[in-house]
Amino acid sequence: MKFSLEWLKYFLDTEASAADIAAALNRIGHEVEGIEDPAERLAGFRVAKVLTAAPHPDADKLQVLSVDTGDGNPLQVVCGAPNARAGMKGVLGLPGAVVPANGMELRKSAIRGVESNGMMCSVRELELGDEHDGIIELPDDAPVGTSFAEYHDASPVFDVAITPNRPDCMGVYGIARDLAAAGVGTFKPIEIPAIEAAYPCAVEIRTDDPEGCPAFYGRTIRGVSNGSSPEWMQRRLIAAGQRPISAIVDITNYVMLAFGRPAHAYDLAKLTGAVVARRATNGEQVEALNEKTYTLDETMTVIADDAGVHDVAGIMGGEHSGVTEATTDVLLEIAYFDPERIGVTGRKLGLASDARTRFERGVDPAFLDDGLALLTSLIQRICGGEASEVVRAGQPPVEPKLVAFDPALTRDLGGIDVAEDEQRRILTALEFGVGSDWQVTCPPRRHDIEGPADLVEEVVRIHGLDNVASVALPRADGVAKPTATPLQQTERKVRRAAAARGLNEAVTWSFLPAAEAEHFGDGAQLWALDNPISEDMKVMRPSLLPGLVMAARRNANRGADASRLFEIGRRYFRAADGSSDEKPTLGFVLAGERTPRGWANGKAQGFDAYDAKAEVTALLEAAGAPVANLMVMGEAGEQFHPGQSATLRLGPKTVLARFGALHPNTLKALDIDGPVVAGEIFLDAIPAKRGGGGFARAAYAPPALQAITRDFAFLVPAGLAAGDLVKAVRGADKKSIVDARVFDVFAGQGVPEGKKSVAVEVILQPGDKTFTDEEIKAISDSIVASAAKQGAELRG
Amino acid sequence: MTDLATMRDTALARIEEAGDAAALEALRVEFLGKQGSISALMKTLGKMSPEERQSEAPKIQALRTDVADALAARKDAIDGAALEARLATETLDLTLPAPHAPRGSVHPVSQVMDELAEIFADLGFSVATGPEIEDDWHNFTALNMAETHPARAMHDTFYFPDVDSEGRRMLLRTHTSPVQIRSMVQQGAPIRIIAPGRVYRSDSDATHTPMFHQVEGLVIDKGIHLGHLKWTLETFLKAFFERDDIVLRLRPSYFPFTEPSVEVDVGWQDVGGRRVLGGDGDAPGHGWMELLGSGMVNARVIEFAGLDPKEWQGFAFGVGVDRLAMLKYGMDDLRAFFDGDQRWLDHYGFSPFDQPTLSAGVGAKA
Repeated sequence: MKFSLEWLKYFLDTEASAADIAAALNRIGHEVEGIEDPAERLAGFRVAKVLTAAPHPDADKLQVLSVDTGDGNPLQVVCGAPNARAGMKGVLGLPGAVVPANGMELRKSAIRGVESNGMMCSVRELELGDEHDGIIELPDDAPVGTSFAEYHDASPVFDVAITPNRPDCMGVYGIARDLAAAGVGTFKPIEIPAIEAAYPCAVEIRTDDPEGCPAFYGRTIRGVSNGSSPEWMQRRLIAAGQRPISAIVDITNYVMLAFGRPAHAYDLAKLTGAVVARRATNGEQVEALNEKTYTLDETMTVIADDAGVHDVAGIMGGEHSGVTEATTDVLLEIAYFDPERIGVTGRKLGLASDARTRFERGVDPAFLDDGLALLTSLIQRICGGEASEVVRAGQPPVEPKLVAFDPALTRDLGGIDVAEDEQRRILTALEFGVGSDWQVTCPPRRHDIEGPADLVEEVVRIHGLDNVASVALPRADGVAKPTATPLQQTERKVRRAAAARGLNEAVTWSFLPAAEAEHFGDGAQLWALDNPISEDMKVMRPSLLPGLVMAARRNANRGADASRLFEIGRRYFRAADGSSDEKPTLGFVLAGERTPRGWANGKAQGFDAYDAKAEVTALLEAAGAPVANLMVMGEAGEQFHPGQSATLRLGPKTVLARFGALHPNTLKALDIDGPVVAGEIFLDAIPAKRGGGGFARAAYAPPALQAITRDFAFLVPAGLAAGDLVKAVRGADKKSIVDARVFDVFAGQGVPEGKKSVAVEVILQPGDKTFTDEEIKAISDSIVASAAKQGAELRG
Repeated sequence: MTDLATMRDTALARIEEAGDAAALEALRVEFLGKQGSISALMKTLGKMSPEERQSEAPKIQALRTDVADALAARKDAIDGAALEARLATETLDLTLPAPHAPRGSVHPVSQVMDELAEIFADLGFSVATGPEIEDDWHNFTALNMAETHPARAMHDTFYFPDVDSEGRRMLLRTHTSPVQIRSMVQQGAPIRIIAPGRVYRSDSDATHTPMFHQVEGLVIDKGIHLGHLKWTLETFLKAFFERDDIVLRLRPSYFPFTEPSVEVDVGWQDVGGRRVLGGDGDAPGHGWMELLGSGMVNARVIEFAGLDPKEWQGFAFGVGVDRLAMLKYGMDDLRAFFDGDQRWLDHYGFSPFDQPTLSAGVGAKA
């Protein structure tokens, strides 16, 4: 909300500077977002008198003026305004001054060959209003030579963010009250004028919707002349960012901005029959003052007459019955609307207004009569006219709230000692009634006060929140205890393990374009936003891979040779009960060149599925998964190359990870050149380590005797997985065979069609005594026999 | 006897002249082999009388030793020369680059979250989490923002068309505050948690992204008041920025879920055109920046979470994790956080070995 210092001082007697007032506003919870000092903007503009005006020798529409700026040396100024004439007083911008409206710096110049030493300004150029038909004309008594800012009484303007709980401060009057309570000057309560009613109100006023509109007061004023509002009012409105329109509209705006009290004036001539607050009917329409037509429904409260709707209650008036310069008789409406209904209606219609902002937060229910009197008195002063008696339909909820307060709570909750007298003074200054037993009566305008904690806030903010002293939290004895959960520890380990392996951690959007998300969705019903910020951010990701691949693509487009990206984040699915099932996952993508071309290895090399396997295995190990027991199985998903991808499982059902080269269709969908390899580790599937989590390792018992190595070369069917052969070999003698490792795979010359040669190195660990030749032969025989079951024969 | 001396001189001279290992081996055979000349001399000893043997044996032995030593010395010399010659052919150009090893990195958001966990663990806070796809009861209602509350509309919420089994509208959480409710419901009181994580607002411009990170703090206990809140934030910021001159300015504000509500500004100073936290914001050349929202947890929120507000009270705060990272490590563009740009990750990412610890300081120096 914006308001000028001059307006504030109308309600607050203070000598404080603008800076001090701003500091105080910040201190008491009204954040000052800016102070604008028009005196700075108007620097270089002076009150000046036109001494002579002569036609320009070379231009019909221009005149050459001689202008007195008070220092005895009249300046020559070229001016195009039709109203410029000898003897008038106006505002001259001197060279160096910056025109507020357009930021242009004035300079001494020649206009059509005639020297000009400044510019006579219009209202619009100085941002004092919209008028631009001619230059400003000042009264004859304006002192020539004075700075215009001083003459104009330009006043600093505060821009204050009023929090939504304080609609009572959405008017200058409320802010003045708060400031006075905080010791910045003395509050000047206004006097409510007594209005002499000349006749009974002829218009019937009713509320047929006491829920939406508990109170509707009104009166007519006859015989007004709706010209422009006085200069002092326009100045305040302009400072507040409100464009002057006509006297009556300006007066309603003025009362709203001064007292936080919206009201509405109808042109009586355009109304027929009773004026009623009622629910709209479904489909009923109204053209609002913003010249847009709104379709209403039966939850919305409106003000209507026999002919139709004239006002979306509490939000915006109708175009049809608004006042114009031709208006002579008005009906004033001042009502109390249900805040919640106003909010709901406003959101449904997508219609924001200053009135709605105030009504939906809650206006002062005890200010209807006073507000109406202020409006009436201003209209009569400015526009003339005779006022009717007031008609009152319904009653506003003015029953004050009582709060049982304990001043000790200020210390217990607010952490600060404030003397009881001071607490009483603060609450009283804010117009709370404080009983001797600390029963506190809240002013009806303070909708935000729900209980004692709110009163603590009032006391503390006025006393000074910054005076609260720091008090250490009680601390447990000894060194702080560990707090991380097993999953948090796993995430930390795999994150740093991945980075140590040369991967760069990225953070990508949780949402994806629908097509990319569905490509990875495996038919699951994904979470799609109702109101995405763009179609590229619509569906919650079922996989971390699309986001990472898209990042890799951007890197490639920027000329990067390789992207090794990983991310630890969630994949979003649905639980059976409709809630969210978010699965913590590590995803990685390896794209581009694994090894750039180089002097040692020649051409650049791309990544392959084994690179993905290496990452998956290493990271699972870092996460504490029993890597040696995992099964390599298929079904990595259709996003992967069917022959170059796999899953790692703990038992046939528990998938811990998937990895491999991405399917060409995936590369195409994500618009990236391959090969790209990738993997995902499902962190929530990794079993917690067994055992009590003690620190001691198992006893160290290195074997007494040295292990021996035997090599076996098998011919196996070309389709046999090496892992199955190794598993068979290892299973041949679980006691003696401690390891088996493939060291050669070969097919082609010398190997029969449909076969391949696989060479396995087997490590045999003797127990108490060395193996005898017979024992070694027996083990070898059982290895060969076991391998034979997989279709393997020992190569001769 | 001159025979022996002559033999010795001749043998040593020939050994010295031997040019390679083969020539040397031939000489060894000639002198010391089974049929060798010195071996033959040794054999003569057996036929000598004891007296003769006593006088001749040492001389012959000495001759044998001298020749053997000379052979060994010459062998070392020849081997050494050969090794040198071989090594000379094995020279590598070590100005050529070594095999490429990619350098990995940890994202600043993760790094800062680890730092926060470390600092708050010392203050007795554990790290809590909650779903990012929330229902409107946890995100709004239980935080004292009823359906019609104007503050709801100010949240720029992303909604899903779905409702959960209790008919609650599903949405992307707009803040980490729903974790307060979930943690209180699950753990009861007393409680000290931080809850870092992703949050979402439908807002996108130079300084806003539709997804960003927040950390929530919550303390519920007996006798907790605003002074504890102020101390906790001061202590945290001093530890995080590793500066003792952090100055806070508390301003009254409004959040539906706290009462009283406190906006926290931190003093900064201009250091070479960059705003660096520290010092009194009112000092010349200094200023205040809004950093945290906080307050005493509203009694209604405590009730919604199933606790008795007459027994328990406490504070909560929230701050942007990305913002903390930017202020500490100097990034100036939030959008770059979520782009995965290799160059940015290389520039702002952290070494895996920068694991924050209290003993080394939680921050990683540039």
